[in-house]
Amino acid sequence: MFLPICVNVWLHRSRPPGTRSLADLSAPELAEGVESVEGAEPHVEAVKFAPFVKIFDYQMLRSESFRIWLMLAPALAIIVLLFVGGVFVGLGQSLDYMPIIGLETPTARHYLNILTDPDFYTSLVLTLYIALTSTLLAMVLAIAVALLLRRHFTGSRIVTFIFQLPLPVPHLVAAAGMVLLLTQSGLLARLAHQAGWLEQPNQFPVLVFDRWQVATILVYLWKEIPFIGLVVLATLKGVGQEYEEIAQTLGANRWQRFRYVLLPLLMPGLITTGIIVFAYVFGSFEIPLLLGQRYPNVLPVTAYRAYIDPDLNQRPESMAMGMVITVIVIVLLNLALRFSRRIRQEG
Amino acid sequence: MNRFLRGSAVTILIVGVLLPILSQVIWSFAGSWFFPALWPQQWGVKAWRYLLSPSSQVGVALWNSALLACTVVGLAVIIGLPAARVLGLHHFRGKQWVTWLITAPLFVPTLVVIMGIHILFIRYNLADTFMGVVLVHLIPALPYFILVMSSVFANYATEFEETARTLGADPLRTFWYITLPTIFPGLTVAMLFTFLVSWSQYITTVLIGGGRVVSLPMILFPFISATSHANAAAVSLVFIFPAILILILTSRTLGASSDAMGSIGRV
Repeated sequence: MFLPICVNVWLHRSRPPGTRSLADLSAPELAEGVESVEGAEPHVEAVKFAPFVKIFDYQMLRSESFRIWLMLAPALAIIVLLFVGGVFVGLGQSLDYMPIIGLETPTARHYLNILTDPDFYTSLVLTLYIALTSTLLAMVLAIAVALLLRRHFTGSRIVTFIFQLPLPVPHLVAAAGMVLLLTQSGLLARLAHQAGWLEQPNQFPVLVFDRWQVATILVYLWKEIPFIGLVVLATLKGVGQEYEEIAQTLGANRWQRFRYVLLPLLMPGLITTGIIVFAYVFGSFEIPLLLGQRYPNVLPVTAYRAYIDPDLNQRPESMAMGMVITVIVIVLLNLALRFSRRIRQEG
Repeated sequence: MNRFLRGSAVTILIVGVLLPILSQVIWSFAGSWFFPALWPQQWGVKAWRYLLSPSSQVGVALWNSALLACTVVGLAVIIGLPAARVLGLHHFRGKQWVTWLITAPLFVPTLVVIMGIHILFIRYNLADTFMGVVLVHLIPALPYFILVMSSVFANYATEFEETARTLGADPLRTFWYITLPTIFPGLTVAMLFTFLVSWSQYITTVLIGGGRVVSLPMILFPFISATSHANAAAVSLVFIFPAILILILTSRTLGASSDAMGSIGRV
């Protein structure tokens, strides 16, 4: 029932009922002029689907808003079914509420279980520490690199190209590279040995599979500095140097020019990319799983371990942890957005 | 002094970016390379020979990864292009909600979503199948594609389409001869990067594919965690190859004024 209407609407975008295109006209008709077309038979499709048109307001179907929602429909269907569906089924499982297998009384006990577990807070602190350190360091270093690359110098195009290199590289590849550099017998340890700073590999600090996940943070930095940096660089090139020159003639020193001229201009892009990076790092788990300790590790790793545990009772708890992660991400993003709005108003 | 400072900063930058990749190139050809040598004591192609042998499953995984990513890109284009056009060109009631809904999957951890949906996939026989994996790859890929394309459409003028239609072109011809050529550069970038989103997926493939659908990151992961350096390096280089190719293809459009980068500043 729905499909013919769509087809009908689509057909009449090209040819409203009662009209014919120039190609349909015969030579005599063309010679007589356009007036004679007025009485021509309505287009076939209009007749065929006439009943539907009567039932559903035809004008409504031809209206722009109907076409808008028709074009959005497939994408919204996928996202509602897979994404919203996934979140809600997960929420149901975390509450022990799954009518399809006969669990019909929701309970909050899995939430209570994880929220009263000290391990949860150890994980939470570790997750926050990794996400915040990576995001803030990446933002600062990205600004530094963008300031370095905004001016033309010999080879600046090649350097900018190399700077983009990590952008399309999968995180796992970056992790594999960091392992080669940072283990106690890795390239950095060998360089330190060469420089005479250490004799044995075990004198090199533990940077991989360690509690503070130095390698994890370095992987994120390697990946995200170019991402933020390119956005900052694009803003810098778009703005030009006029504002700074004006500030300079007004007597602003280097730091003042950066703090009061450049930074406010960069803030919107910085906050958006910062939010994207933070949300990604907070919720991703492949890299901490690879480069971190078994315990304690970040929340997503803990949730995943609980999910694949042979003890199926752990599953609702992993779902509950997933929901808690989601809520924390959303709350922190909201705070960041509010913060950025305040900054924009002040600017 | 200033020149010296810039020179050293640029050097640190280049070394920092290239070192993790270059050391993998060297490791993949290292026969034996023990502490504290800075250079392999012996060169060899053992890792590469292992990669080429059928027992490594690299060939199958490469094929699966490519097929998965291409299917995901195809679906993202078909499903996402109309939505991106509407979001880029039209203002309508509820637009803010739609934008919010479409970008939400980029912020909510994919792991949480797929842990929830796994049970439904098992119930409807989508778990452990190629199509099931394609569907979960769409969760991060589709929003990404729509976001990039909607910013392409935001800078798109519909006048030429209207002219074509006035001259009697049907919607299909208008799309093929007017719309497609105009959006082509942006569309290429969006497709290539959507390809990479699917190409880099690890946990979605593991959970929903259930080990039946083996992709390249699933070969790489165990090598890294077992610190099997030479093999990990070789698989990494295979895994990275399309990424580098795509970067070279798009580096011109990726620069300062690109739509793809611009979309990020405007989220």
